[in-house]
Amino acid sequence: MTTTTTTSERSLLAEVSAGTDFNAQACMNCGVCTSVCPMGIDMLPRKLFHLVVLGEREEVLRNTEAVYSCLLCRMCEVSCPADVKITANVRALRHYLNHHVLGV
Amino acid sequence: MPLPTSTVIGMLSDNLRLRGSVLPLGKRRTSSWADGLNIPEGGHTVLYTGLTYQLMPYLESLSAAQNKLGAAMPERLAALGRPVNRLVNIAGLMAWPSREKRRHYDRILGDIVAVLRSAGVEFGYLYGDDLYSGALVHDYGEDEVVRIHGRRIRDVLRAAGVQEVITIDPHTTNMLRSVLPQLVDGFTVQVRHYLEVLADRNPLPRRDLGQELAVHDSCLMARAENVVEAPRALLRAAGSVVLDPEHARDITWCCGGPVESLYPEKAHANARTRVAQLRGTAPEAVTMCPICLVNLRGAANGSMRLQDISHYLRRAYT
Repeated sequence: MTTTTTTSERSLLAEVSAGTDFNAQACMNCGVCTSVCPMGIDMLPRKLFHLVVLGEREEVLRNTEAVYSCLLCRMCEVSCPADVKITANVRALRHYLNHHVLGV
Repeated sequence: MPLPTSTVIGMLSDNLRLRGSVLPLGKRRTSSWADGLNIPEGGHTVLYTGLTYQLMPYLESLSAAQNKLGAAMPERLAALGRPVNRLVNIAGLMAWPSREKRRHYDRILGDIVAVLRSAGVEFGYLYGDDLYSGALVHDYGEDEVVRIHGRRIRDVLRAAGVQEVITIDPHTTNMLRSVLPQLVDGFTVQVRHYLEVLADRNPLPRRDLGQELAVHDSCLMARAENVVEAPRALLRAAGSVVLDPEHARDITWCCGGPVESLYPEKAHANARTRVAQLRGTAPEAVTMCPICLVNLRGAANGSMRLQDISHYLRRAYT
């Protein structure tokens, strides 16, 4: 995993969060979201959101397929004990990737 | 193989921003289902389709064409799709469903109108001003484009003096009731799904359905809009034995449809899992979303019967 600085942490989180309800910091890493995901996406949401919070941009970019494979079905969201807005967070990540990586 | 992610999202987003729909079709094509039904134009309360049912045969046809094209097209050529689409409505030109497919979805809309009328509900329709909800572009995180489009919907509703809309699919219901009021200033119209409207009226059934039906809840209906009891109450009152499959109500299992345009294989795998759950419950299942209907039918491949709920409600209540 890439070594990051406090500046990059702030910058990735700030970029993804800009103008959105991104609240991945509320995640307690309990893993309920992963266990109920009908797509069996292991990376989303807890690991990927955590990478954003840590500023691990390259690692996030390596997992773009997981971001776009999410069904936004909310099974994880209704099960989350920390009330993380998982679908809003996924949409915020998509917006970031659309404009900073994919050139949409 | 689908087209590249950036091309798909870019084209959908451009189409909504420039042409008002992810798959721009002429106003006649999207409103002709109402021909001969004598629905008044506009009014205090309107049936708002958001075009989801009308778009389905075209999206099915486009998806098939896109997958063929994606497999045959070099990456550099695929990347040209978006700039060319800004000038020419490529999606509209590629999507040509059969008349039979279009009639199938038109019939669902006609069934919904018949059931509402039979229950004494009065409503108008906006015809060419019944606009797409923006749901797919919202899913991809393009809120600025959705906001621009949401203002169009707000302005159309205002200009027609609409105070209340009756929606017919989960995605339009969610957009108009929960998303657009957060994104667009002054988006204050009252929104109710037609199943909620019908259940409130508590209509008397005219025929007994007398059959076992598995209910497939849509994710948005069950987990975002809390429309769970209304469909069950209407089917039960009409003599159906309503059965919940493994994963029902607020833990319903997604049909896979939302990732169909980017990852069709993943969408199909998810749909096959859901069909197995439904088939293990009853030989016949009810859907409330055209996207669910298409994906589950595709996965079932004739192994079970899947119908939109309006099919049963028309039989029972009209």
